Amino acid sequence: MRILSDIAAIMTGMWITWKHMFRRPVTVQYPEEKRQPYPRYRARIVLTRDPDGGERCVACQLCSAACPVDCITMQSAEGDNGRRFAEWFRINFSRCIFCGLCAEACPTLAIQMTPDFEICKRDVMDLIYEKEELLIDGCGKSPDYNFYRHAGIGVTQPRGTGVEEMPPVDVRGLMP
Amino acid sequence: MIYDPIDIALILTKIALVFFVILTLAAYLVFAERKVLAWIQDRKGPNRVGPFGLLQPLADLIKLLTKEDFRPIGADKWLFYLAPAMAAVPAIMIFAVIPFGAPLVLFGHTVQLQVSDLNVGLLLFMALSSIAVYGVALGGWASNSKYALLGSIRGLAQLISYELSMGLSLVPVVMLARSFRLSDIVDAQSGCWFIVYQPLAFMIFLISIAAECKRIPFDLPEAEGELVAGFHTEYSGMRFGLFFVGEYINIVVLGGLAATFFLGGWHGPFLPPVVWFAGKVLAFAFLFIWMRGTLPRLRYDQLMHFGWKILTPLALLNILATGWWLVLRG
Repeated sequence: MRILSDIAAIMTGMWITWKHMFRRPVTVQYPEEKRQPYPRYRARIVLTRDPDGGERCVACQLCSAACPVDCITMQSAEGDNGRRFAEWFRINFSRCIFCGLCAEACPTLAIQMTPDFEICKRDVMDLIYEKEELLIDGCGKSPDYNFYRHAGIGVTQPRGTGVEEMPPVDVRGLMP
Repeated sequence: MIYDPIDIALILTKIALVFFVILTLAAYLVFAERKVLAWIQDRKGPNRVGPFGLLQPLADLIKLLTKEDFRPIGADKWLFYLAPAMAAVPAIMIFAVIPFGAPLVLFGHTVQLQVSDLNVGLLLFMALSSIAVYGVALGGWASNSKYALLGSIRGLAQLISYELSMGLSLVPVVMLARSFRLSDIVDAQSGCWFIVYQPLAFMIFLISIAAECKRIPFDLPEAEGELVAGFHTEYSGMRFGLFFVGEYINIVVLGGLAATFFLGGWHGPFLPPVVWFAGKVLAFAFLFIWMRGTLPRLRYDQLMHFGWKILTPLALLNILATGWWLVLRG
């Protein structure tokens, strides 16, 4: 009988909703209770430093190019020892969509995502973060990495003494 | 007939009391609905305003009262302004004929716990419940909006498909009680509730009142998914609030009527009669909220099909069977 199966279907539904009435709510009461996000959660962006305390960012513009909403801008500059750095570095968090493409693009692991998602501001101009606000004192998620140790351009150590680096070859000695 | 000032004062007190209780109950039903729906959906529901969110209806009221009272261009001004009242007032008027407790003796006067013990109370209920749909129809028509108009057309189509079966399902009750007077119907159930004799009529009446108060399996006139908000799409502020509160008053009143017709009204063991009546009304309100949390909306033609081809013939057969039974019993 069609009607019996229909009634049974309605009763099944009513029984399921009845059971759910006594189940514990899954609600997290946000301002009082906070859920700890996972370490790889993508929220506020930071600029990290290498283990020696120097800035990792070399102002290569790759993050700016990768950014789908164009919220990153910077001005590159070069120090006396050949070390590149950002003269200024600006992220507009009112445009940022927290996609993480900038962090993926970064060759020096300077720009990284953090789980801190509470960055509401009263004034939208306060959401534009300058380099001073972006820079942190630690190394972020990659504590041992120092780009210039591997780069072989003689900024942190003489050429040929870097990690996994051979001494420069004397081209005149390469005779057949 | 001589009117005693104490009698008049008692009647006025009764009216004021009923008004206050019904309106407060309707406001708190909104709150209860939000809470129960939240529990069904594994949420917590409103819990910010006051302890356990109990002041939420008050906050809602303040919000509704301070909102802009908007009227669309081209709307029929007077009908647009009148329609919410036309939806809410008949709903609250029906409660006048419902007995909500055993007669009391106060200051040497017998007080019927019923605003008016009309001898055609059941017919008055049928008439007023039909009038209530005018608020829906005219509100939707006067809004000058296609969604509202479609909603009110559905409201009318719904009315003609459930009203008949609702009326027919009450005929066996009248046959058993041999009276249209609601207090007589309640008295006739002092021994055995009519739901025992008339389970089919009770089911038909229950389905019909779910359609009457436009609750979810039959909420075609407002169908959020299709018609924005149906007949009250263009309403804002307290005029929308009147439609809204009218719907919840309807739940209280129709729950009270279902209790009166089939569940023995205020009759019940141990507890005082008023408590029994309130308990039955709240049980019906809970049932409606629970149904809303469970069932999907019927399609327009499904409801008409169901009303005309299933409920009405069943109700007619039920009347015949009741008549035979009464004759054979003698």
